[in-house]
Amino acid sequence: MNVEPNGRSTQLNLFGLSPEPMTVAQVTRYVRNLLDGDYVLQDLWAEGEVSNLKVTASGHAYFTLKDDQASLRCVMWRSDVRRQDSLPQDGQSVLAHGRISVYEPAGTYQFYVDHVQLAGIGRLHLEFEALKQRLTKEVLFDPMQKRSLPLFPIRMGVVTSPTAAALRDIVNVLARRYPLVQVVLSPTLVQGEQAPLQIVAAIQALNKHTDVDAIIVARGGGSLEELWAFNDERVARAIVASRVPVISGVGHEVDFTIADFAADVRAPTPSAAAELAVPDRMELQATVHGQGMRLSGALQRRLAERRQSLDYLVQALQRCSPVGRIQSLRQQVDELSQASGVWLRHLLALRREQLNGLAGRLTTLSPFATLERGYAIVRHGDTGRVLTSVQQVSVGESIAVRVRDGEFDATVGSTKAEKEAKNE
Amino acid sequence: MSEKKKELAFEAAFQELEETVQRLEDGELTLDEAIALFERGQALARLCDEKLERAKLRVNQLLPDADGSYREVPFEMEA
Repeated sequence: MNVEPNGRSTQLNLFGLSPEPMTVAQVTRYVRNLLDGDYVLQDLWAEGEVSNLKVTASGHAYFTLKDDQASLRCVMWRSDVRRQDSLPQDGQSVLAHGRISVYEPAGTYQFYVDHVQLAGIGRLHLEFEALKQRLTKEVLFDPMQKRSLPLFPIRMGVVTSPTAAALRDIVNVLARRYPLVQVVLSPTLVQGEQAPLQIVAAIQALNKHTDVDAIIVARGGGSLEELWAFNDERVARAIVASRVPVISGVGHEVDFTIADFAADVRAPTPSAAAELAVPDRMELQATVHGQGMRLSGALQRRLAERRQSLDYLVQALQRCSPVGRIQSLRQQVDELSQASGVWLRHLLALRREQLNGLAGRLTTLSPFATLERGYAIVRHGDTGRVLTSVQQVSVGESIAVRVRDGEFDATVGSTKAEKEAKNE
Repeated sequence: MSEKKKELAFEAAFQELEETVQRLEDGELTLDEAIALFERGQALARLCDEKLERAKLRVNQLLPDADGSYREVPFEMEA
């Protein structure tokens, strides 16, 4: 900076400084050059809590980093924002990288951030991966060792905080799906330094002092730090050592904890853990009703089979029955009697015809017919014998003469035999 | 151990129901046996249904006593 003295102010000269004034822009540029020339400020990592984060329509992000003593204005250009997986939220502790420079129009210095990450997260992730690998090598997470869950648990242990929403979620799901189960809550803290040992104790107490059929270990969603108790090696070992199978339901879908790997079944959330732990009442009722239908159907079939067999036997019996024979014989009798009736009538008619013929003939042969023609029948008056010879009567004897329409008596006046008769 | 396990639990009733249906469908049975199985199955189905219908979830809390033992006390959910 070359400002020439002009002697205008003696007072200024007392300080040995140039009396020539600088423009605001010159001052600001001077400060900026100082900062831009400092190698520490040009490659800076700074840690603090994010506040007032705002992303403008143009895509640049503005926020303030602060701690309990100071604050630092930060800007992150759109190109750098795009390289981030995500931006931190207000209140989160972050580690930011960038350079310090001056925003000349406002005369302020700012932190031009090119990368930001949650503070401590990298360390936690590294610990998580290291523990997971170590326990995996130890075959603590062996899929072959996983136990299957009981189909119809009678008592269900739940390891979680008695005041947390997770417990309410679990109880609601169990009450809706399978209220037959009895819940045994083994209370514990689920975050903080005390939490891992309490979780271990809660799991052990359920195993030692109750007859639960399975255990749900659960905690609602939270930050990685809040879920950290479930990434504790002691918790993982307690889960694996459990006598009964353990279902984990920690955090949200995206959260995987060491407890999840150690558990026999991993559920994405506490509610999901409860869903997996018990059967569904509605489905069971539908199954039970279906069984009832099958029972009725099976019995109907058996009855129908029996009825059919019975019908068959009855038919067979009927075929062997004397009733048929009797009926058959009766029919034969009927037929015979009918036939004999016909024959008899025929015979009678025949006889009647013969009789008529004979009667006719009798009529023609009858002596009465000759009477019509003037012949008479003469009988002896005393004996009634028909007289055919003069020898049979004597003079004076009475005779009866039969003519066509009656009889009259007469007395023999004389007899005269023909010569032929004497010759005989 | 809980007293509940003494009576016919849902699981036992449900399994016996399944076996009963199976036997009635496939077994060599006299008519009397078939009818007896049917009646048993009906009773089991009713029992299962009632258990499912009437059950109310119970929640206990497992608490340590001073002497190191544990006891279960009914747990009331906060409203």
